[in-house]
Order: sequence, then structure tokens, then C-alpha cells
Amino acid sequence: MRALRRHGRSIALIAIIVPLLVVFAYVAMRSGPLAPVKVTVVRVQEGTVSPALFGIGTVEARHTYRVGPTLAGRVRRVEVQVGDRVSAGQVLGEMDAVDLSDRIRAQDAALKRARAGVREAEARQAFAQAQSRRYDKLSALQAASEEVAITRRQEREIAEAGLVAAREELARVQSERAALVAQLDNLKLVAPVDGVVTLREAEPGTTVVAGQAVVELIDPSSLWINLRLDQVGAGELARDLEAAIVLRSRSEAPLPGRVLRVEPRADAVTEELLAKVVFDRRPEPMPPLGELAEVTVALPPAPAAVVVPNAALRREAGEVGVWQVKEERLHFVPLKLGAADLDGRVQVRAGLTAGEEIVLYSERALSSGSRIDVVSTLPGAHR
Amino acid sequence: MISLAGRDILHGWGKFVFTGMGLGLLIGVTLVMAGVYRGMVDDGKALLDNSGADLWVVQRDTLGPYAESSSVHDDVYRGLLGVRGVARAANITYLTMQVRKGTQDVRAMVVGIAAGQPGQVPGWPPYLVAGRQITRAHYEAVADIAAGFRIGDRLGIRRNHYTVVGLTRRMVSSSGDPMVFIPLKDAQEAQFLKDNDAIWQGRRRTEANPALNRPGVPGLLDAVLASQSTNPYVNAVLVTLAPGYAPDEVAESIRRWQRLTVYTRAQMEGILVGKLIATSARQIGMFLVILAVVSAAIVAFIIYTLTMDKIREIAVLKLIGTRNRTIAAMILQQAVALGLIGFVVGKITATFSAPFFPKYVLLVPADTIAGFAAVMIICVLASLVSIRLALRVDPAEAIGG
Repeated sequence: MRALRRHGRSIALIAIIVPLLVVFAYVAMRSGPLAPVKVTVVRVQEGTVSPALFGIGTVEARHTYRVGPTLAGRVRRVEVQVGDRVSAGQVLGEMDAVDLSDRIRAQDAALKRARAGVREAEARQAFAQAQSRRYDKLSALQAASEEVAITRRQEREIAEAGLVAAREELARVQSERAALVAQLDNLKLVAPVDGVVTLREAEPGTTVVAGQAVVELIDPSSLWINLRLDQVGAGELARDLEAAIVLRSRSEAPLPGRVLRVEPRADAVTEELLAKVVFDRRPEPMPPLGELAEVTVALPPAPAAVVVPNAALRREAGEVGVWQVKEERLHFVPLKLGAADLDGRVQVRAGLTAGEEIVLYSERALSSGSRIDVVSTLPGAHR
Repeated sequence: MISLAGRDILHGWGKFVFTGMGLGLLIGVTLVMAGVYRGMVDDGKALLDNSGADLWVVQRDTLGPYAESSSVHDDVYRGLLGVRGVARAANITYLTMQVRKGTQDVRAMVVGIAAGQPGQVPGWPPYLVAGRQITRAHYEAVADIAAGFRIGDRLGIRRNHYTVVGLTRRMVSSSGDPMVFIPLKDAQEAQFLKDNDAIWQGRRRTEANPALNRPGVPGLLDAVLASQSTNPYVNAVLVTLAPGYAPDEVAESIRRWQRLTVYTRAQMEGILVGKLIATSARQIGMFLVILAVVSAAIVAFIIYTLTMDKIREIAVLKLIGTRNRTIAAMILQQAVALGLIGFVVGKITATFSAPFFPKYVLLVPADTIAGFAAVMIICVLASLVSIRLALRVDPAEAIGG
């Protein structure tokens, strides 16, 4: 009986100690630095990648018209508000004429005076001509002296010259008045094209300098995106490539567009290429100028080749490549890489053939001596 | 020959095993504490390993970019590429901040990485556990798994939102915060561009300054405002060396001709381990010593108490003429067995509890072996005291008292 009880105790003790040792052995082997590195593998496949470029830009207008006076002056009235649609030739506002109207009135008076002058000169000329003719006849009949006739002829010529001078004076005064009227017209601020008012920079009473804009217009059909793309990998950017434009305010649906041109000048400071992207259809309502837009430019698809995910790419001893799994052992294979797309697929030009297994994800950095444990997903990756 | 120790253990096995387990939990805590210390050091080293750099080029006379703030112009790297021995140089920014996801936020170190292909540019996460690497030049993120994000999550970093496209592991700052990798241009904006209110206030201040807002010079104000919102700075430039060049030589050349401060891997490790985490590491180290001493004392007490419980039986043994050696062996074997159970339980609890700690706990085999040796030595020493006591017991006590 006692022996049996002691036996029972031994079994209980063993029942505790043995599992403890098993768990300990498991812990010692499967955790910590001695444990194998959990990895997931993927079989390399042939495929095509559709490379694309991603950049951001701002909505801008191709043509911006800054309408303002050609001379310094004071704004008299501005007739349009921001957002108004205007047509070509419409008067947007006017500069203050100050004394210009008075000067035109003075020119009117001068004009009348010049016309009177012409009439006076004509009268003089007609009288001088008649006198000259009369004395010519009298002189031919020997009824008047030769000297008087010559004097009358001279008086006629002077009267003719006076008439010419008076006419020219009239022309001068007319032109001067026309110039003042033209100046008056120039004070009007006129829309050069059909467009939308985007800025009203000066209110009536403000003094502006020559060249300063009072009203700014844009042509809403000329909106484009000033796109900035990182220079890395943007070598294939060209005109007429298709683009998908996502406006920050309307992020649900991308708008179709295309590359209008690639700017010949890149930005040296930000290391970006610049390009202009136009909308295929004008977006309604018109997006505000300066709005941020994300643009994805689709590049022509690359020919089919071996494709690896970019998560598999590693760097070892100064070379980019992947870890190849062969019979549970790891080999690092340096690769020559080609085109890549935005989904993280990269073409391989040399180094791998389809069907080989490579490490995709790993729990730790790998080395050629690492023991690996191939799993389907790494712990924590899909919680 | 029967084993006295075994028989005695069997006699009171429940008490013995549970004492061992209690001891094990104490040893487990000590092992975890050592793991916390190792984890702190490893966090610093992981930060350096993951950056993939041989040299760190930072603002002159700073200990940047991890231990101090540093900012250099973002075109400095072009000059560095011309230095002999430099294979690759890439800009990088580091900013520890709260990253928003929905209504909650997570403390993370936001790392801005230069554009390029994975593997070609230093600073990129060297391996992933899910998803893919960043391919777009804006608004994508790769996050450390410790941050608790999933693929497809939308993160808010300052004014922009980022989609998590990949997850990585053990990418932490020196203080153990998970890293979130985003493209460099976005990171520069996140670091240097102020919030909207601050920008508006800045504009108003500039407008109120008569020197910058002159009526006779249209366009001056716009130019001044535009110049205020540029951010041509990064925190450091990561440099890798061409094969065959010594880091110290290249570093000296950059220091001399580019007039910048450069750290090699060894120097950086010295800064991180010796300066950045020095105080907290010493704090943990101090705690570890106290815990070890307390554990040793408790082990000694337990063995002493176990012996004292058996003092009457030992007296009987002596009375029937058992040899001193047998009694001493019994006590020693019991102490060692207790230590073994304690160590095994301790190691198991430490291993299984380590992943639940918010910061990284690294259990090094060397620590485990050292811990085992310490437990054994403490058990033997503690049993010596008990043995001395047991051998001095008067056999008469078996009958009397």
C-alpha cells in the first residue's frame, strides 16, 4: 500500500518534471539567436510589368492675363468681381483720367479756333486772288502800273501760304485731340480674351504703378498640371503618355489626362523633372488654381521577363540581389534589374530563371549560414 | 543504495515542486531584466545595422542624427559623391513623433528615405515581413510591425495621409520606438513645414513688416513669402564605401575638405551605447544587480528553511548513525535539484513572456549560461550554510523537545 503511494508520487513528479524539460528543450532550440529564421518563399515567374511614374503637381493656368494700366495712376472703378466670367473686349475697369477730359475740352476749343483760322485764311486767299486777277488784267491794258500788279501777285501767294499753314494747324490740333482721346481709351481696362477673373488686386482709389495688375484673368480651358517627378527613374517620361490625375479635393475618381510636354529645364535644387499634364476633359466645376494633384503617368509596358517582388531585393557585399533557396540552403544571387512598376514588381535582366525559389519576406536579416524555416506567413504580418 | 534526497523530495514533492516554481518565476524575472538591458543595446545596434551605412555625415560639431539634432543642406550629398572612396550617399531624415491612425496615435520614428530602388539606396528597410517596398515618390509608408499597423492602413503624419504598403520588423529607434519609413520629400515637409495656422500667422507677420512689403515693389512680398516655406535640409547623409577603402580615411577626408562632422560605425556605436542610452542602461544594470542579490538571498533562505523543517528527521538520521557525508549530500542534492527546477521554469517563463514586453527583450544564450552558473553557485553556497547547521544538530533533539 505504502509502496503504491510512493509509486504514485513518483509518477506525479515525473508528470510535472518531464513536460517541463520538454518545453525547456523546445525553448532553448526554437527561440533566441539559435532558432532558425522564419522566411516565406516565392517562386519566380515570368511576367510583364507596366511601369508608371508617380508625381505631384499643382493646378495652373497655361495663360494668365494680368490686366493693368500702362502708366501710373489711380484706379477709378473696377467693374468685375473674382469669379466673374468675362468676354474678350469687355471693360473690366477704368483708371482715373484726372485732367484728361479738361485737356480734351481745351483741344476742342483749339480745334474750333484752328477751323476759324482756316476760314480766315481762305477769305484772305480768295480776296488776294481776285485782286491779283484784276490787276493782271489792268496791267495788260496798261491801266495800272506793273509794280502794283506784282505787289498784288505777291499778296496772293502770301495768302495761299497762310491758308496751307492754317490747314496744317487744324490737322495738328485734330491729331493732338485724337491722341488725348486715345489716352482716355487706354485708361479703360479691357479683357483681352474670354476668361474668368481670378484676382481683383486694387480697389477704386488705389494708386498703382505702371505694369502692376489690377485684375487677373485666366482662360479656364487652358488649365494644366505643373507636374514634378523625381529624376530617379523618370528617364522614359515623354509627351502624349497617358496620365491619371487625382485632385486632392476629389480623390475618389481619377481624371484622365495626358502629358503635354516635358520641360526642357529640370529643377536643379529639388532634383525633379517638370512636365505639363493636360486634362482630357475640362473638369467641372473648375478646380482652383494651386490645388495639389497626384499624377500617375503610365509608361509603355516592358517586354515579358522574369519578375520578382521588390520586397525580395536585398543588398549583400555591395551588390543587389535575392536569396535563392536550394535544398533548404540559402545562396545570394546578384541580379541585374530592369523596369519596375508601382505595385512593387521588378524585372530581372540577368541572374534568375523562372521557377526558382527565392526568399520574399524574412524575420531577420539573412546570411548564407542562416538556418531557415519556411512558413506561409510570418507571425504578426496578418493580424 | 537508496537516495535519501530523492526519498525526501518524494515525501513532500508538492511543496518541493511549487517552491521550485516560485523560485523559477524569480529567476525568470532576473533573466528578463538582463534581456531588457541587452534589448536596449541591441535597439541601438539594430538602428545602425538597418541604416546600412558605413559613415554618417552630420552637421558640424553635433552628435547627430540620433543623439543630437543635426541639419545639413540636402545638396551636400552631391559633394560627398565626389569624395574618393564613397560609393553611395543618400539623404535621410529622422523625426520622432506621434503618428495618427484614425483616432489613436502611436509614437514612432518617421524616417525619410531618398528615392530609388530597394537595395540601391542606404537607409531603406533591408527586409520586410509583409507587403512591398515603397514605389511612389509620395504618400506611401513602410511601418514596423511593432507600431501595430496593417497593410492598407491610412496614417496621418502632419498634413498628409500615407498608405501602409509594407511591414518590417526590428526597425526601431535607439529608444525602441517603431520606425515608419516615408519618402524623403514628404518627410522634409513633415519635419520643417509648419501647420496652417503658423503659416498664416507667419505670412501676416511678414506683411506687417514695412521693409518686406513695399508698395513700390510689387512681387517682393510674394518672393519673401515663397522663400519662407522652403526646406532644403535633411538630418544626415548616409554614406557607403567603395570596396578597399578604410572608413577612417574617407571620414577624415570628408571632415577635412567638406567641413562636416563624420562618424564611422564604431564611433556611432560608441555614441549610441555610451552616451544616448548610458544612463538608462546603467539604471537597468543597477536594477539587475539588486534583483540578482535579492534572488540569491531568497534562494538561500528557501534552502535554509527547507533544512530547518527537516531538522528533527536529520537528528533521527544522526541518531541511527547515518554518516555526515550522506546527510550533507542529501541537502546539497536537494538544493541543486531546486535550483535546476527554478532555472528551467525561469528560462521558460522568460522566453514566453519576452514578446509581451512593449520594448524589445533580447535573451542572449551567454546570459542564460551565466544565469545557470549563478543559480548553481548560489544553491551550493546556500546549501553549505544549511549543511553546517545540520551537521551541528544534536541527535538528542530527535527524542527531546
